[in-house]
Amino acid sequence: MKRRKFLDLLLGAGILGWLGSVLYPIISYLKPPAIPEANVNSIKAGTASSFPINSGQIIKFGRKPVILIKTEAGDFRAFSAICTHLDCIVQYRNDLKHIWCACHNGHYDLRGINIAGPPPRPLEEYKVNIVNDEIIVSRPEQVG
Amino acid sequence: MIQLIKKSYQWLDERFHLTPLIEFMRHKQVPVHKHSIWYYMGGVTLFLFIIQVFTGILLLLYYQPGVDSGYESVRFLMTKVSFGWLIRSIHSWSANLFIFFIFIHMFSTFFTRAYRKPRELSWLSGFFLLLLAMGFGFSGYLLPWNELAFFATKVGTDIAGAVPLIGEAIKIVLRGGEDVTGATLSRFYAFHVALIPALFTIVLGLHLLFIQRQGMHEPDYFENLPKEKKRTIPFFPNFLLRDALLWLLVLNILLYLAVFFPWELGEKADPFSSAPEGIRPEWYFMFMFQTLKLLPAHVLFIEGEVFGVLFFTVAALVWLLVPFWELKFSGKGKTRPMKIVGIVVILYIIALTILGYIL
Repeated sequence: MKRRKFLDLLLGAGILGWLGSVLYPIISYLKPPAIPEANVNSIKAGTASSFPINSGQIIKFGRKPVILIKTEAGDFRAFSAICTHLDCIVQYRNDLKHIWCACHNGHYDLRGINIAGPPPRPLEEYKVNIVNDEIIVSRPEQVG
Repeated sequence: MIQLIKKSYQWLDERFHLTPLIEFMRHKQVPVHKHSIWYYMGGVTLFLFIIQVFTGILLLLYYQPGVDSGYESVRFLMTKVSFGWLIRSIHSWSANLFIFFIFIHMFSTFFTRAYRKPRELSWLSGFFLLLLAMGFGFSGYLLPWNELAFFATKVGTDIAGAVPLIGEAIKIVLRGGEDVTGATLSRFYAFHVALIPALFTIVLGLHLLFIQRQGMHEPDYFENLPKEKKRTIPFFPNFLLRDALLWLLVLNILLYLAVFFPWELGEKADPFSSAPEGIRPEWYFMFMFQTLKLLPAHVLFIEGEVFGVLFFTVAALVWLLVPFWELKFSGKGKTRPMKIVGIVVILYIIALTILGYIL
């Protein structure tokens, strides 16, 4: 009986080990490798004078979309364009004069703060500088 | 010709003993009563699944997954390939009818309480088929790589990411990375044409096996009738022929829809453009989508979307386990509590779906 038990144990451990050796590579395979992201710190986004007042546009910041807005007063603001609710890309509504997400009717003010609808957090703000009429958008942590 | 068929049958029968199978089908009886119509809903669903398989294989001949080829290949299929538009339109419409009839089939099973012992596993397998069908819909929706599908997929996979603890891992595995990209398209393609069909075929096989083994469910009053008062018809050929007639009808409706309301392709997805106004998922996700839309940013101490996901997860579990917690009769003449549960669920789904389309 002892021998039987020992053999059962050996067999059980063998099966478990085998399962592990089969499943581990499969599960690892399903996880995509992290693609190193080019470290973009700032980008040029066209000329300030040609950017229409009271409008916004989506610009590429590395692999991330950023929304660049020129307010009615002529100031530039930039925020991450990814809605903090469910990952949609927001837009500037010139009738409401603030940022809006079409997916679930989320609203953000011109400081990126969630003011209505389901978004739980504000949009991350990017820094905008105008150098010789050229708009330069840079990462928040790079400021200063 | 008939001689040849008879000979082949004899040849096969000699080797595989087919006669008992035919006898089984011939002796199988289907009850006839005022709720018999619901017996046909599962069959219609099966028929639509078969159409999906056929049209899906045809679409595969032209479809090329990829950010630079997915949309273009579908456009080519719809504009250049003879009847390409029709095949795609049938596939899309049939997918919608397929889900629609699954719902009808499920609720008719619910209201006739056919899920009770000994048919618990039929209910469970049916529920998994519904989930897989939704997976079919969700994964197939992305394949043309158009704007609506792109954002629907972003939202849908982000919802999966809201699941506590394992959500982020699920999201990354589903997307094939942090964002919805070409990698997501490759994965969804694999899910849609290989993984889900394989799983679906297995579960469907079990589901059908259970039904064949146990026979049709009889409503309470019918079951209590004396044997000589129970009206039945043979499954083969009577029931099967009626089935076939209904399939023909559904096929006609399907073709009418596919021809007169051809499925659109829309704009190509652009990961760097704002979500368009009026974005919405397929109608069968609408009640969940609308619930998420109406939830405030925070419910109690958790984020609204997490609350929504938890709510629907719990609701799905409760629904899955219906055969095991069923509320029983309380006295005669009263409305059955399960009937109320079912009606509340249907009203909720319908109300939020309508809200989703008008708000």
